[in-house]
Amino acid sequence: MGDYVIKLPDVGEGVAEAELVEWLVAEGDVVAEDQPLGAVMTDKANVEIPSPVNGTVKSLGADIGDTVAVGAVLLRLEVDGEGNADDLGSAPEPVDAPAIAKADTPPSKPAPTKPEPQPVSTQKESTPSLVEQGVFTQFRKDGERPLASPSVRRSALERGIDLRLVPGSGPIGQVTHADLDSYSTSPPATGRRPQGVPKLDVREVKVVGMRRKIAERMQQAMSEIPHITIVEEIDVTQLETLRSSLNAKKRDDQTKLTLLPFLMRAIVNGVRAYPEINALYDKSENLLKQFEGVHIGIATQTDRGLIVPVVRHCEALSIWSSAAEVSRVSAAARDGSADRSELSGSTITISSLGKFGGLATTPIINAPEMAIVGVNKMRTQPVWENGMFVPRKVLNLSCSFDHRFIDGWEAAQFIQIMKSQIENPAELFLEPDDE
Amino acid sequence: MNEITCQTLVIGAGPGGYVCAIRAGQLGQDTVIVDAGDLGGTCLNVGCIPSKAMIHAADEFEKLTQFADASPIGISASKPVLNLKKTVAWKDRIVDQLTTGVEGLLKKARVRIVKGHAKFLDGKTVEVEGETKTLIRAQSIVIATGSAPRELPSLPFGKHILSSTEVLALKRLPKSLVVIGGGYIGLELGIALSKLGSKVTVVEAAGALLPAYDKALSGPVVKTCKRLGIEVHTGTMAKSFNASESTLLVEDSDSNEVEIEAEKVLVAIGRRPVTDGLGLDQLVIDMDGEFIKIDQQCQTSMSGVYAIGDVTGDPMLAHRAMAQGEMVAELIAGEPRIWDKTVIPAICFTDPEIVVVGLSPQEAIEQGHAIKTETFPFLANGRAKSMEAEEGFVRIVVREADHLVLGIQAVGRGVSELSAFFGLACEMGARVEDIAQTVHAHPTLGEAVQEVALKTLGHALHI
Repeated sequence: MGDYVIKLPDVGEGVAEAELVEWLVAEGDVVAEDQPLGAVMTDKANVEIPSPVNGTVKSLGADIGDTVAVGAVLLRLEVDGEGNADDLGSAPEPVDAPAIAKADTPPSKPAPTKPEPQPVSTQKESTPSLVEQGVFTQFRKDGERPLASPSVRRSALERGIDLRLVPGSGPIGQVTHADLDSYSTSPPATGRRPQGVPKLDVREVKVVGMRRKIAERMQQAMSEIPHITIVEEIDVTQLETLRSSLNAKKRDDQTKLTLLPFLMRAIVNGVRAYPEINALYDKSENLLKQFEGVHIGIATQTDRGLIVPVVRHCEALSIWSSAAEVSRVSAAARDGSADRSELSGSTITISSLGKFGGLATTPIINAPEMAIVGVNKMRTQPVWENGMFVPRKVLNLSCSFDHRFIDGWEAAQFIQIMKSQIENPAELFLEPDDE
Repeated sequence: MNEITCQTLVIGAGPGGYVCAIRAGQLGQDTVIVDAGDLGGTCLNVGCIPSKAMIHAADEFEKLTQFADASPIGISASKPVLNLKKTVAWKDRIVDQLTTGVEGLLKKARVRIVKGHAKFLDGKTVEVEGETKTLIRAQSIVIATGSAPRELPSLPFGKHILSSTEVLALKRLPKSLVVIGGGYIGLELGIALSKLGSKVTVVEAAGALLPAYDKALSGPVVKTCKRLGIEVHTGTMAKSFNASESTLLVEDSDSNEVEIEAEKVLVAIGRRPVTDGLGLDQLVIDMDGEFIKIDQQCQTSMSGVYAIGDVTGDPMLAHRAMAQGEMVAELIAGEPRIWDKTVIPAICFTDPEIVVVGLSPQEAIEQGHAIKTETFPFLANGRAKSMEAEEGFVRIVVREADHLVLGIQAVGRGVSELSAFFGLACEMGARVEDIAQTVHAHPTLGEAVQEVALKTLGHALHI
């Protein structure tokens, strides 16, 4: 028997460290060669780490969420024969009694094929609750004046706490200063429901993996970029007529058209007039890189969180092929099969929540891009036209721009081009004059 | 014309107004206070303080009168002689000291004092007519103009028909005094003058003396009136005064007309808010009858214009006005404040004194509470016995379900000093157990409060 040390291999892309996002095995598990042990995340891709040998997991070298350097010990296996621990120059671990006992234990269960549950832990609030202290917590009847000393009343007023909502721990429900404190840290969700029981569990969810990445990127974009957001109403009645007639005639091998391919075409035409909007900012060189090709990121909700797969060279795609590409890359993002080239390289991004898109949004730019086009929900509304109200289909576009480089005037003009093209769909398909 | 611009202008320097101005000054507001009369308002000059001085003098005089007869405690003295001029002068000195004190406090808080009658020009501007005219512009204005004795149309105030103000300044004791109004002001002064030697008659339109109090509380006061020989006509209306005969014509509940000897008549039928000449018609101020309507923050219907004290209605009590004044100054300074007092104690400085804090048994029942109520007599209190103050009792009203103290009342000599303790219990949301389980010093009148709490719990010790 010997120890076999598995270190984090070079996962490519020139990364020096990676975040451990998943363990697929636990201590004591028997693993077979090539069986995935865990996964680390680099940029946007998850990389599984396979076991190079057969053995039993002796110890895990990192917790989920830890950042592990390439070459650092990821876990130790116990293997038949010599192992590699000595070869690697690390002294064998002192053999203590429990280790022997464990070593002697025959393999108990097969390695799980499913990932361990998410890193979620549940624990009680550290301070003992009123209920735990055996103190009777009362809720008052509606309209009843809360019992509280003058100083408690004053304190509640100054802290903006509605005393009527605070459960009192006094012998007859008097609200104390301590009650105010605990209320202000966690107002009971049960509110004024009589005899409601405050729920005191706190669920702790580690911010790891995709979520951490998303959080970092959002934070960075929001703190570095001064956003300007413009909301404009677009009449899509004509476009919707066109879209449904095209969908009615489409071939079976063609992807059903959503609004997106049309919007993408409007973006292509818009950035042709304002190329500074189709650009990336290189902070280190202090350069704006304007792209002739329009690579549109499609913000996509997946099980793992928000991912932005990219439809490349939209300027060269027909409406139908745009639709097919959107469908393909977003499916790949959802099932996790998107490769790196499909997840990077966008020059401008569309964010659409469809019928959940609200009336207006303040989309956050997919840095280092210059702009993001947010699509709000379509609705039918009465529009005054020729002396009468007529029903028109409208939606709002909420577009954010990097105000360091895009002035309000340019942003507004860009949106007006999109509006004009979408409201008169024929314009979408006019070839630009050659220059 | 002088022109002043300030942050906070307080109109009226009574207890509400001067407290408001002091607090505003403390909070760093540039504050001006205006009053045509002396600082301290009714309370200090012609109300609470001088009446208590006169009541004290009357009590001392009565004590000596009793010693001149035969006192059970073994003290005898010769018949006392009253020099009312000196008594009034003594009282005036107390008033002077206190009003001077108020002036000092206002100055210490850097409040500017302007003498004269204030009149609104608009919601931000007031013209003051004093020795010179002053125009004051203020961001916030607090109306604290108080109240004045209410007049009977058939008996306008004059040489013989007096208000409490004139009674407190009498140079010579009238042989006979008819008090119209058997409320607390009429009885406090009526009892005092009776003790000093006037023949006092009380005429009350309602069916009993102290109609605002229940019979149990007013009983010992009625008893005192009897002891002092004060004639009481209840259910009786005053009709007219005959100056040449020094008689007051009254009509009793059976429509019989009776003439009562009356060298002087004290009309004490209540107080009216002082708003005349204030120019309220220049503002868009909502009224509540004759009072200025206010909300829970003493805001009037005009933003930036507040009203406090008697001008806003009942209870017309100095300590309510002071608390309102303090609150408004803090509100103007941007502090979050609201009128959230549980109780406002009320005291009759009659003989014996009556203290009412919180709900009486009847009020509690009317408000839908299931209650427990108990009384404990001072007869069973050692301290009361040792100071010849056996008359009276303490009463407590608690909510049956959880023993929350809803009210405490007492009648007895010196019980006014217990009001602070009653008020604290009610404001703190005390249960009757809290009072029962607090050690009360022996021998004190306060022990009666602990005993009444124990009695409510079914185990009083000293009865």
